[in-house]
Amino acid sequence: MSAMKNLVGWIDDRFPLTANWKAHLSEYYAPKNFNFWYFFGSLALLVLVIQILTGIFLTMNYKPDAALAFMSVEYIMRDVEWGWLIRYMHSTGASMFFVVVYLHMFRGLIYGSYRKPRELIWIFGMMIYLALMAEAFMGYLLPWGQMSFWGAQVIISLFGAIPFVGDALSLWIRGDFVVSDATLNRFFAFHVIALPLVLVGLVAAHIIALHEVGSNNPEGIEIKKHKDPVTHIPLDGIPFHPYYSVKDIVGVIVFLMVFSAIVFFAPEFGGWFLEPDNFIPANPFKTPEHIVPLWYFTPFYAILRAVPDKFLGVVGMGAGVVIMFFLPWLDRSKVKSIRYRGTLYKTILTVFIISFIGLGYLGTQAPTPALTMLARVFSVIYFGFFILMPWYTAIDKTKPVPERIPE
Amino acid sequence: MKKFLLALFFIPLTALASEHVYLDKAPVNLDDYASIQRGAKIFTNYCLSCHSANAMRYSRLEDVGLTEEQIKNNLLFATDKVGNTMSIAMPPADAKKWFGAAPPDLSVVARSRNPDWLYTYLRSFYLDDSRPTGWNNTVFDKVGMPHVLWSLQGKQILKAAAHGEAEAHGKPEFELVQPGSLTPAEYDATVADLVNYLTWMGEPAKMKRMELGVIVLLFLSIFFVLAYYMKKEFWKDIH
Repeated sequence: MSAMKNLVGWIDDRFPLTANWKAHLSEYYAPKNFNFWYFFGSLALLVLVIQILTGIFLTMNYKPDAALAFMSVEYIMRDVEWGWLIRYMHSTGASMFFVVVYLHMFRGLIYGSYRKPRELIWIFGMMIYLALMAEAFMGYLLPWGQMSFWGAQVIISLFGAIPFVGDALSLWIRGDFVVSDATLNRFFAFHVIALPLVLVGLVAAHIIALHEVGSNNPEGIEIKKHKDPVTHIPLDGIPFHPYYSVKDIVGVIVFLMVFSAIVFFAPEFGGWFLEPDNFIPANPFKTPEHIVPLWYFTPFYAILRAVPDKFLGVVGMGAGVVIMFFLPWLDRSKVKSIRYRGTLYKTILTVFIISFIGLGYLGTQAPTPALTMLARVFSVIYFGFFILMPWYTAIDKTKPVPERIPE
Repeated sequence: MKKFLLALFFIPLTALASEHVYLDKAPVNLDDYASIQRGAKIFTNYCLSCHSANAMRYSRLEDVGLTEEQIKNNLLFATDKVGNTMSIAMPPADAKKWFGAAPPDLSVVARSRNPDWLYTYLRSFYLDDSRPTGWNNTVFDKVGMPHVLWSLQGKQILKAAAHGEAEAHGKPEFELVQPGSLTPAEYDATVADLVNYLTWMGEPAKMKRMELGVIVLLFLSIFFVLAYYMKKEFWKDIH
């Protein structure tokens, strides 16, 4: 034991090991009332690790070459030891990443975790979300199936709708006049090194910012307001380690059970995680009947299609993501948590969630006049939720917030 | 609300596709090695001269109970080795000239087309003078592929009355005008074997995957119980 202590002491003289352990784990005081919704942050971190580890092993066997890519994925599925498991973990991980990130964002939304002083945590989080979308989009090209190819073709051609520079811009992104080997190579480079670096950096910033101001909680109360006069420890706080580390392990196992159930029993997930058309090699001369982005992009894809003008549609789609960045400054409510908000806000939030999921569903459907109309209604509600927020949160009848976390 | 969302999530995307073709249910059973073996034989005899299966190694058939000797003697062409993939000699350019489009590689065809589609398709060829091959198909209209298995199934025509409606409603009706070497029931069983093989070939690791999945979930369940009580123990002093 003393040898261990000596070693730690030796390191501490040269590197703040114990100081960091304390600051981020054993003496990071988190509110004692975290509920179910607070699992998804640590789970997102877990999925990031799964994606990076499985990604490393996929990279060892994958060929980023338009002539070889499709078959190299099948090679991984058949001839590489445990290749099928690594590949399914990665493809399932991509979708599960968005599942946990959407739930994590929803948590932030209902408990007001984006409010002062946590604006930067929200901004970093949004940047993670944006980087994740780029990461997923570029990764989806790599299997070089029909949906990979045509999905990329459609999305990149959207940049062509930008006036004046559009065509030059999409040409620059593709490196060719159509999605081709050049595109595959650069997307591979972005997917395996550029964006993962950005993601890891942003995740670090997200956590550093969080640990600077402290975690919010389902009550939306600042636990740092009431500290022990002697120890200066928040009275409603408990050390992250061991309390939340042991709790998060339970969450991790439940998540892994869901994750494994998909990986081992339904890796295609009925076509939602691996689309049937992506088992056909990319063919630039044959457009699939029905091009759909993967489910996590469909809300924004539905907004794009809801706008009659192509350029304005692209603007709408981009604005749909960008507007979320402003959330901390749009909310004027006196309270943070939904627990103390009034009926007005609760109603609007419910309608917003229905609209967002509705848009996601409509984005998977072939457009018909009735569905397009519905997508327009949902799009208006989507933007209305943000644009009108300063007004309805200010007039919403809130309940008084207690000083301390109730027992 | 939650139930609705959950239900929404479980609608297979394939069910949302706009194809309205009638499909029979394929009797796929990946535990039936004998059927997969028979299917492999049909595949190598009838399909593997125009279609390749470049991702599939002959030796993988050992997974469904064949020995290396059996594979060599029954399925391999003289020049092939058991570790080779199921490739073909036909140049794609010629194939395109002959069929209008190069016959696709069939390694993962059961994953892009589902087994039901394959099972129905292979039983739905009918005589059609307007087509260059003399064959058409109710599942794949104006298909470039001729009915390769006709000597087994025989020749059938699409009943004129059903013709117009067949695509919109229900099951098309055929009439066998020239019997093949197999009875209709035998032919269906043969196609079932072939589709069973194609399904297995689409993902040879599937059965192993499911077996392992049970073990992984059992392990996690035990781990869950331990983790749950550990959490409870630690949290005693909080609540």
